[in-house]
Formats: sequence, C-alpha cells, structure tokens
Amino acid sequence: MKYSYFPGCSLEKNAASYDVSTRAVASRLGMQFTEVEDWNCCGATEYVSLNLTAAYSLIARNLAQATKNAGLDQVVAPCSACYLNLRKADKVLGQDAGLADRVGKALAAGGLSYKPGSLHIRHLLDVLYQDIGLEALGAAVTKPLSGLRIAPYYGCMIVRPSFHNGDDDPEYPTSLDKILKALGAEVVDYPMKAHCCGGHMTQISEASGFEMIRRLIKGADDYQTDVIATICPMCQLNLDGFQGAMNRHFSTNYHIPVLYFTQLIGLAMGMAPKDVGIGDEIVSSAKALIKIGTAVEPEPAGPPKRKKDDKSLPMPGRGGGVA
Amino acid sequence: MHRKSASNPFLEEVVATAPGGDALRTCLQCGTCGGSCPSGPDMDHTPRMLFAMINGGMREPVLRSNTPWYCVSCYYCTVRCPKEIPITEIMYALKRLAVRDGLYDDSTAPDFSKTFIHWVEDYGRSFELGLMGVHMIRHNPFGAFKIMDMGVGMVTKGRMGFAPTRIKALDGLKRILAKAKELEAQT
Amino acid sequence: MSEKVGVYICHCGSNIAGTVDVVELAKFAGELPGVTVSREYKFMCSSLGQELVAEDIKKQGLTRVVVGACSPHLHEKTFRRACATAGLNPYLMQMVSLREQVSWVTEDKALALDKAKAMISGGVRRVQLQEELEPTPVPVNPNTLVVGAGVAGIQASLELADAGYPVFLVEREPSIGGHMAQFDKTFPTLDCSACILTPKMSDVGTHEKITLLSYAEVEEVTGFVGNFHVRIRKRARGVDEVDCTGCGICIEKCPRKVVDDVFEAGMGYRKAIYRPFPQAVPKFPVIDRANCTFYERGTCKACEKFCPTNAIRFDQEDAFLDLDVGNIILATGWDLFDARRLSQFGYGRLANVFTNLEFERLCNAAGPTDGRIVLRDGVTEPKSIALVHCVGSRDKKTNPQCSAVCCMAALKFGHLVMEKTQAEVTSFYIDIRAPHKNYEEFYDRLQDEGMHFVRGRVAEVTDAARLPDEEGKLIVQVEDTLIGKQRRMPFDMVVLMSGLQPRADAREVGLRFGISCSMDGWFTERHPKLDPVATMTDGIFIAGVCQGPKDIPDSVAQGAAAASRIQGMIARGTVMIEPVVATIHEENCSGCRICNNLCPFNAIEFLAEKSVSYINAALCKGCGTCVAACPAQAITGAHFNNQQINAEIEGLLYDAVRGNGGAPKPVAVPA
Repeated sequence: MKYSYFPGCSLEKNAASYDVSTRAVASRLGMQFTEVEDWNCCGATEYVSLNLTAAYSLIARNLAQATKNAGLDQVVAPCSACYLNLRKADKVLGQDAGLADRVGKALAAGGLSYKPGSLHIRHLLDVLYQDIGLEALGAAVTKPLSGLRIAPYYGCMIVRPSFHNGDDDPEYPTSLDKILKALGAEVVDYPMKAHCCGGHMTQISEASGFEMIRRLIKGADDYQTDVIATICPMCQLNLDGFQGAMNRHFSTNYHIPVLYFTQLIGLAMGMAPKDVGIGDEIVSSAKALIKIGTAVEPEPAGPPKRKKDDKSLPMPGRGGGVA
Repeated sequence: MHRKSASNPFLEEVVATAPGGDALRTCLQCGTCGGSCPSGPDMDHTPRMLFAMINGGMREPVLRSNTPWYCVSCYYCTVRCPKEIPITEIMYALKRLAVRDGLYDDSTAPDFSKTFIHWVEDYGRSFELGLMGVHMIRHNPFGAFKIMDMGVGMVTKGRMGFAPTRIKALDGLKRILAKAKELEAQT
Repeated sequence: MSEKVGVYICHCGSNIAGTVDVVELAKFAGELPGVTVSREYKFMCSSLGQELVAEDIKKQGLTRVVVGACSPHLHEKTFRRACATAGLNPYLMQMVSLREQVSWVTEDKALALDKAKAMISGGVRRVQLQEELEPTPVPVNPNTLVVGAGVAGIQASLELADAGYPVFLVEREPSIGGHMAQFDKTFPTLDCSACILTPKMSDVGTHEKITLLSYAEVEEVTGFVGNFHVRIRKRARGVDEVDCTGCGICIEKCPRKVVDDVFEAGMGYRKAIYRPFPQAVPKFPVIDRANCTFYERGTCKACEKFCPTNAIRFDQEDAFLDLDVGNIILATGWDLFDARRLSQFGYGRLANVFTNLEFERLCNAAGPTDGRIVLRDGVTEPKSIALVHCVGSRDKKTNPQCSAVCCMAALKFGHLVMEKTQAEVTSFYIDIRAPHKNYEEFYDRLQDEGMHFVRGRVAEVTDAARLPDEEGKLIVQVEDTLIGKQRRMPFDMVVLMSGLQPRADAREVGLRFGISCSMDGWFTERHPKLDPVATMTDGIFIAGVCQGPKDIPDSVAQGAAAASRIQGMIARGTVMIEPVVATIHEENCSGCRICNNLCPFNAIEFLAEKSVSYINAALCKGCGTCVAACPAQAITGAHFNNQQINAEIEGLLYDAVRGNGGAPKPVAVPA
C-alpha cells in the first residue's frame, strides 16, 4: 500500500507527535509513505478569504508537486484542513472552467501544471478505516485499550462538506468510533463529535473561540471521558493547548487529555509511549493512560429482557415508519 | 437559466465571486444556516439575514458585517441547506470583497488572515510564532499573558518552531502567486 | 390526385400571426396542387372557425382538410370532430403544427415563413394520400380491479360497487384501511379518523359487489383497456377464512410478542398471530411466519390448541387467482420518510425524538399507551413538546417536494397536546401551508388556543447541554428568523413531521401495470392539471397519494373521480380503439418473428399454426417500430404508410424538387 504523504505545516513542529505516530503506525501496518516533494502551505482557511485565484494556485502547486511521485495517485493528508483544501480544489478546478484556466496559467508561471481529477485525496482516518480495515487493525492490537473511555472527535472538515462518495456521514460519522472499538477501548457516544473546534476563532474573539472549546470539553466531560481522540492538529491545539485558558475564562476545572488517534493506535499496538509522542500534550495524559492494561471490562450484556411491568416504548430499530 | 438582475448588481457580484454561487437565488430564507452556525450568536447578522440583505442590495452593510469573519468554516450550513447553497464559499467571497474594498469595521480577522499569508508568501510555509507574535502585538497585547502557560508548554515540549521553514522552490511559488494575483485582479 | 383540399391557417391570436405572415402563407397554400380553398382565420379552434371548415366541406365538396395551427395534442380531436359532423371521415384531416414547431421556436420572421410553407406543403401532399379509417370498438368488462385499500381505494371501490359493478379490491396488508386507520384525529374537523373510516371499511367488507382480497398482491397484468387479465397471489394467512369466526382467542394465547413495525409504527407490540388493529377488515388474523415458534422450531401451536373451530392451517400455501377486469385503479399510497437519514435530529438515538406517525399512535386511544401522550419511558408526561416541520420535505438532499399535509397535521397535534395534557407546544416551520377549506381558520384557532410558533427550520436537536438549564432536556437549535437570532430552546419531547414519499417499490409496481413514475417516484398522471387520475395507459387509473402528496379529502375525491371515469366506460359498454395501428399482411409474412420482441407494448404474437405473426390492434399504439424492422416490408402502419411519409417529405422539400438541380434553395441563416 503506497501513498503520497502530505504532512502539512502543523505536523512539522506543533503536531510533531501526530507525524511521528502516523509514520510509526503506517510502517507497522506495511504502508509506504512518500512525502510530497517540496510541498507548501495549503493556505488553511486564510488565503481563500483574501484572493480566490491565489488561494487555489497555492493549493494546486501541492497537487502538481504530488504528481511528481510517479505511480502514486493516492495522496494522504493527516490534517483535516489540508485534506479538505486539496480535495476541494481538485473538485472545483474540475468544475469551474474560468478558475481552472487562471490557476493553470499561474502554475505555468512556476513551471508546473496539474490536471484536475488526476489524484485521489484521502484523509488519514479514511485510509486506515477503508484500506487497512477494522479486522487488520484489530489483529495488530497487542495491548488493548481496555477500560479507557475515549471520545472520538472528528471535528468538521473531514466530514463536511460531503463529497458523497461513500464517505462517512457528515453529521454523525462512525469510522473513528469503530477504529477505537477495534483497539479495545470503551467508545463514548460523544454527541459533539463532529462539531467545530472554532479553528482560529481564539485569535479573533476570545469569548467566541473559548466558548466553542468549552462546549466540546464539557460535552466530553459529561460522558466521563478519559481521553479525547482527534484527527486534526488544529482541533488538538484548540482542545489541548487552549484548555487551560478556556478553564480560566469560564472558571471551570476540566482536565481532559487530547491525543491523536494514531498515538492511541500505536499504544494499542504495543509501541512505547515516547515513540508515539505521548508527553507532547499540554494537558497531561499520564493519569488517564494508567487505565490501560487494567483488568478487562466484562462484555456488556445484550439488551435487557423486558420486565413484566415495563411500560417503556420500543426505540425505532427497523424500517422506520413503513406501513 | 436565470435572468441577471440589473436592479441588484450586488447580488450578481456575490453570485459571480463565489464558485457555485448561483444557487443563492433560490434561498428559501428557512434559517437552517443561522440555526446551525456555532458562532451565530456572536454575529451581527445571521447568515440567513445576510442573504436577505444581499437580496435587498445592501452592499455596504453586508460587507461591513462581521458575519463572514466569524464564520469558522464548519460547513454545517452548507451540508444542511435544503437548497444546496454553498454558504461557506459565499462567506469566503464576501470576505474577499470586503478586503478588496477595505470595508470592515473590525480589522482583527482580516489582519489575522493577511499576517498568516504574509509568512506563507515569504517562505512557502506558515510560521505560527511569527503569526501569533505579530497578531497579538497588534490586536491583543495582553492576550499573550493569558496563554502564557500554553506558550511555555509548547516551548518545553518542543512544539514551538522558532524560525520559519523556507521551501526550496520559493521563487517558483512567488511567480505562481504573482501571476495568480494578476489574473484575479482582472476578474 | 383529384382530391379537393381545404387549407386553414390559424392566427392563434398573435401566437402564430405575430411571427408567421399568415396572409402570405394562405396565399401560398392556395396555389399548391390539389388545393381548392385556402383561408386564414384568427382562432380556428373556436366554433366559428370549426364552422368554417364544416361549411366548406359541405358547400365546396372538400375531400381533404389541412389545418395549420397548434399542436395536434391540443386540437386534433376538435378538427377531426368538425370534419366528422360535416360528413367527412375524420382521418382525412391533417394538422400542421405551425405554433409549437414554427412560431414558438424562432423570432426570425423570414425563417418562420419558410418553414411554415414547407410544413403546409408537406401536409397538403400527405393528406391527399390519407385513407378513411374507423376506430375499433372493444367491449369493456364491467369488473374493476382496485389495488390498495386505503381511503382512496375504499372510496373508489364503494362508488363502483354502489353503481352495481363488481369490484376486486386487493390489499397487501392483512387489513384494509391504510394509513388513515393509524391516525387519531383528522384536521380540520378533528373527527376521529377511525370513526369516519370504519363505516366505509365495514361497507367494503359486507358489500355484495366487492370481493375483498386482503393479504394479497397482484403478480401479473396482461391485456388492454376493457380486457385485462390479472393474476393475484393470495398469501397464506395460516387461518382458514371459512372456519374462522374472528373470536381472537388465538391472538390472546399466542406467547410470542413482536414489535409491530407496521401499524403501530414500531411503538407497540403484537403477537406472532395477529390482527393489525381491533376493527380490522376482514377479521381473520394472520400468522407472521418469520416470528412464529412453530415455523422456527416446530413446537408451540398454542393457537391451534385453543381455536374453538379448528381454523388454524399451518400448512396453508399461497393461492393464485386469475381474474378478468375491464379497468384498474392503483391507490397504493405512500411510505414515511425515514428520519434516521437526517442524523442532526437525533431520531433513533435520542429516546424522546418521535416521528409524526409514532405520535399519531401515542395519541390514538387504541394505541400502545391508550391515548396518553408520554415519553419513551411509557410513563412520564412531557411538559414541553416541539413539532419540527419539513423533515425530509422541501429539501434537495432528500425529497424536494412539499408533503402537503404536515403543516395541518402539526396544528392538529398542537391541539391534541393541549387537549390531553398541560404541555406547551411549539411549531418550528418555514411556512404554514393551509390552503383548503377551513384550514386557515384552523391555524387561527390554534394560535388562539395558545400554540406557539417559531419561524425557522430546525438546525439540530441535541442532548448536549451548554448551560445548566439545558441539562436533561432535548435542545432544539434554530434561527428564529422573525427575530433574526439563533435560539436554543429546551423541550421534553420532539416530534418530527416526516414527509410523504413514494412507496419503495412504486417503480416496480408501475412497470407491472405498464405505467410510469416521474423522476420523484410518484405515478405519472396523464395531465397534471386536466387529467390527474388517468395515466398514459388506457384503462389504468391512479388515485390518492400514489399520484402525489395530498390530504384525505383530495384522496377521496380522486378515488371517486377514477371510479366515475370507469363507470362511464362501463355504461357505454365499449371503448373505441384508435385505428392508427399496424397490420401484418399474412401473405408477405415469412414468420421470421423479428418484430415480436421489438414491440414495446407486447402487441405482437406469433400464430404457430399459420407460421405468421399477428398484431393485436387493441394493444398496438402505432409507434412504427415493427413497420421499420420488418425485412419483408410485410407490415403497414395505418395513417403512416410509406407513400404518405414520402409525400410529406416531398412536400417539405418543395423548393428543392423544382429547378435548382435538386439542391434546396439556400436560406439565410441567423448569425
């Protein structure tokens, strides 16, 4: 399984643990990553707010560079913003002839070209879920994360906008839930799992930015979450890095560690914590991770038998309303 | 097939500036966007209200509104809109129009984007320390103290880069972006 | 050619005359060979216009007529009739579409006149080769098949049966009644649904002219209008309908309880042997073999043990019935939109989010809670209820159409809540659609009664509380568009007004009967404005929601309309089949059978004894496929034979035939 790898700016320093754990897990699973040559910043949500052609040209340069990896048409991006920018640009350039023409001319000025539709842009989560699969992941687990209550946090840009391509549900995705379950963890049915972390909002309006973070942390806390698993460096920075400032702003006292899902996969595969960047997080995961390796939780019993005086109405289960 | 509005050039401007913007003509004013928006309560106008104002040709109040700058690109509105209007893309378009005409009352968000891109254009990659440094000095001088623990934590855990990374083909990138801006200015 | 052709050019007001120089055209036509009289007139379709034609036929002895006007779809019948009344065979008239084909497709007057001349010329040449044709009468079988026994099908059946004509009513479920039997009260009168429906159901069950085939489906349909043959599969109930008295002891004694997904909308339970509801018609229960212990393991048989009349038949098999009917009405109803497709509303995950159909069962006194409005725990009474409009309606991602009934149903729910509980109820809507008699007044009544309304399409329903006063509640997040602010409002219960959808198997069922569905999946009517109950297939009618979302009064009206059309046909006794059909000349047919499988209407059969193919004129629609395909040219298409078609082509190329060396004169083409 060979892929072009697009780390993105965050994975260089800020989210180095994501990069390290991703490469370690990929290597263990027999995936071969070839980094996109001399890649540049994808522009996040910033450039597209200033100049449309420049923003798409900035992204398209990466697409052009990726095509230099001969024979590799799958590009995997661990960061949701990079993933969305690359995928969206590829799609929009295939539909908007005027923009494609301008971007084409701009790329040519740098000696590059790109034909829309030449690459398949994938998020790392999707690659692990679809290409590797739950069975292979489960088989690679040597130290199940038993007893650890993990809230899967997708954030927004991986599931929205929907490209309607067999991708995960844009409102209620489940791929990460299933992966975490395959790792043996107790997966929290986290209602905020696809809600936005606020992106750069902390720098525009503290009150607004911190409130968005608070909602997510509170939501996880309400479900007695031990660890939040993320798939995007921006989300990780917001929930982890700004957790303290958020606490101070609201006079709350949350302490929920936020780890990358690849770090958790690495731990479940028996890798040493430091080899997957554990310890890089601001809100320490040490206390939560003590739980791993403890006595295995008993399998939850099936749906309880109805008691004789049980008046409760059944939940919708089957075809739903067909008469 | 739609008839271009001669009486509402602003509507036509917005529709032309956002990829897929034509769908805006079919807005039901149902309010799903305003209802979905996580930062909606902090906006001057809900996204829906903004579209009603665009339909009313209110160019300056729309472009001066803080609404697009509070958009976090979560795409909930886009995914839920019953008319499949690409709302997030329209927000980006409004930001571009506002920047081009200098029509914003609060420069915090526009400046943040400009500062971010300044590093990208000069080095090819984003530079967080530079971004935060410049931005905080200009817009939130005492903010640095509030996140001191985070700053210290980032440094001690090796998550803080102290110098920007320069890509190899930076000249090529600069030529690409210069050309792109030239072509954009002609649209 | 010694025919006397009359040519009539219609102005159609300015529709044609505004673009085509009708005076010049009439003059041109007057000079064509064979033309005796050529006129232009403002409105040919008016009585005066038709009289013009009739007078000329009588006074000038016309033998052929050409009318240059609108599309034949609109007025071919009109002009044929005008000819017929004047004593000329109606098939000796040809309509040339100067409007849809000329004046409505260009603004260029020169081009328009050129094309008009060509088309009139074609028509004049062709009409002189047309032949007198007579439609064929076929008898109409007075039996009618009605498929679907909801309120539309029930109404249609009763009207036909009361008129004295036999009806076969087929219903897929064990009982008739359809969705209406599930409702509590109906808007705007607040009549109890079952109370107004069951008398009709009872009439159906006892009517001597109605043969009720419940728990049955139509397997196959062949034939044509007036003469259909249908094969019905009567599924095995496991109960003998002669011996069963309907006492219900079997149901009482059955030990297997199953969630009732159909009638109770998943909110209640039934037994493995069951009747859908107490007033079911017919009264005979059905064994759900998938959930019956006997069929699983061979044990139990409690029903058989306790049945006082030995009516249980475990070894009963599906039976088949072959019927002959003259006409068919499809009244197959609708499916509810599956609200789990919109996960932002939490249906299926958040316990106290319900659909409209589930809520009907809660309100219904014969429902799982005896009519008490309670939360999913079956006990607690909600103090606040939200009604979410447009779930799976008016949405490009799911169903683009408005489901027509949900706004009124929400108002009804509001009233029921305030009647039965102390709860406050709020409607979240985009528009309030209250179009029919007393509907707007009902809306006014509910506002007066104290129902709350917020104009905003609900963005999400969540249990993730942001603030302490949201804890333990369902939060409805919405933009109150009339205020212009986002609101988060706490509720105990949320009811989703799920939309109406075509049945999942509508397309398949349509194909079985030879009718089509629109892109949206509803059955296609012959004309959406002027003929909503007929289809493009003669003899097959549609009624009720299967034609498109509508309320009960409209469904009843359509059932009655379809019945009325059929009564007319039965009363006349025969139906006229258009003579524009193909005929195989036996002497020239070699029996190669190439045509057999090409016919889209299955009108061609092979007569083995004679080794030739034969076209059933009643099924043939005159499409011409077989005519073109026959290698021996043994098939003639009446009214479209080779000579007629060639003549029309020669007419169209009138200015190429004379002079110019055979090449058409160059025509100025617009830049």
